[in-house]
Amino acid sequence: MADPMKIRASLVGDTTEVKVLMSHEMETGQRKDAQGVVIPAWFIQTVTVTHGGKTVLAAQWGPAVSKNPFVSFKFKGGAKGDKVTIAWADNRGDKRTDEATIA
Amino acid sequence: MDRKRRQVLKSGGGVTLLTLVAAAGWLRPGDAAAQSWNKAAFDTKSMADTMKALGGGEPVQSKDIVFFQTPDIAENGAVVPVGIISNIPNTESIAVLIEKNPNMLAAVFDIPPGTEPSLSTRVKMGQSSNIYALVKADGKYFVAAKDVKVTLGGCGG
Amino acid sequence: MMHIDRGLGAGRRAAALAIAVALVAAPTALAQSSAAEGIAKYREALQDGNPAELWEARGEGLWKEPRGPAKASLEQCDLGLGAGVVKGAYAQLPKYFADADRVMDLETRLVWCMVKLQGTSDADARKNPFGNGTDRKSNIEALVAYITSESRGVKMNVSLAHPKEAQMYKVGDKIFYFRGGPHDFGCVTCHGADNQRIRLQDLPNLTKVEGAQKAYTTWPAYRVSQGELRTFQWRLNDCFRQQRFPELEFGSDASIALTMFLAKNANGAAFDAPAIKR
Repeated sequence: MADPMKIRASLVGDTTEVKVLMSHEMETGQRKDAQGVVIPAWFIQTVTVTHGGKTVLAAQWGPAVSKNPFVSFKFKGGAKGDKVTIAWADNRGDKRTDEATIA
Repeated sequence: MDRKRRQVLKSGGGVTLLTLVAAAGWLRPGDAAAQSWNKAAFDTKSMADTMKALGGGEPVQSKDIVFFQTPDIAENGAVVPVGIISNIPNTESIAVLIEKNPNMLAAVFDIPPGTEPSLSTRVKMGQSSNIYALVKADGKYFVAAKDVKVTLGGCGG
Repeated sequence: MMHIDRGLGAGRRAAALAIAVALVAAPTALAQSSAAEGIAKYREALQDGNPAELWEARGEGLWKEPRGPAKASLEQCDLGLGAGVVKGAYAQLPKYFADADRVMDLETRLVWCMVKLQGTSDADARKNPFGNGTDRKSNIEALVAYITSESRGVKMNVSLAHPKEAQMYKVGDKIFYFRGGPHDFGCVTCHGADNQRIRLQDLPNLTKVEGAQKAYTTWPAYRVSQGELRTFQWRLNDCFRQQRFPELEFGSDASIALTMFLAKNANGAAFDAPAIKR
């Protein structure tokens, strides 16, 4: 199973800043191993960030997003103590959901 | 405006804009929200493919799309920071495209109301290339480009 | 290249190397300065959101989780400041540990604690010091990431008060200046002068205080080119490989001695890792 995400959600004024690191190989499918065999593509395809039951960011990714992906963005309407939930799914069907408390 | 567009056409050999238009056509609203993955858009490899998928309007060059934290030179193409701010009202989505990658489209972010049209992430670049920020706002497409040089320094050390 | 080298005397080889280094360092000053400026901006842009944090988080979990045949956590491990004290511990390592009657660096001490507290065999504890991808994650690297992160901002303060510590430093000094191998190389070949480079990579002059401080306090680091967190131990190992030296054995006195030499030379600087590097 994939390692937990590292999520930071902090309130600045009326804006919640979210920074997330995900543990994922993001293998492109273009590389070959030492035996010359193509390493199959393996990457996160969808990411959804929700706050209070509402989607605050939805993303679709290809394998050109860097290994151990990082995303930073801001939304309005969060309050200290609220939960921000982030979910990803990859092309192998692996999924991971983590949450963080807005500080 | 026209002059700028011509410049882009020149530097991108035309392919670029057609590809962008193709990508634009694929970014159908609702796709990301439903959390489906738009395979056709991410599979695009060649001009022929993109030609086939032509549909949307031509994206307009916009000065209201600004890159931040995006370096002129990337020490390693495996991790290139990209930050994009759209100052275009009613921005609905921001996409990152790498002109010379095997597949041009890197990521699409849907920006619901209440979320700032500003984000940063990191992408892979196979070689020095333009990065395009493609913004959809009020159903129209806008684009800005930034040239990033990739230097692979040292070997494995 | 190799077969030519074999035919040359040590002096000729050194001369050939000097020419090679000079050639590598030849691009125009203008290209160099603008490239350096651009790369400085690139590095700055990476600072926000260092994937090393993923290793730190995993390491903290491993530190606290009961594991091994004894089902014990590492929380009672003494890293030199008393059992369980992690904060600031790395800034004083390597150091002499009376219970082991040996000077130990962080990795050696972790192996010791895994054996003594968790009942893991010595061979098992040290078998995977450097990870590679999802299939071969290294617990040592993750633990090192966590423990070093707890010394961020703490001034390096390595002691040579114990005779065995002083001796380790002396041995490390010797190894640093020792030249050998098929290329008559030593650490000092690359790290003994200012403004040395391999392609675009600046090489720190580790014989100067500032150089040693800047280098030592920025490892471990998330290595962008590998997508892995790499420890100072890994850095030493890879330098040995690049010198065509025999492999530096993990946990060996030679590796502790070199670590001691460089850590002590970094004294006085605030520790600033895990960092992120190209």
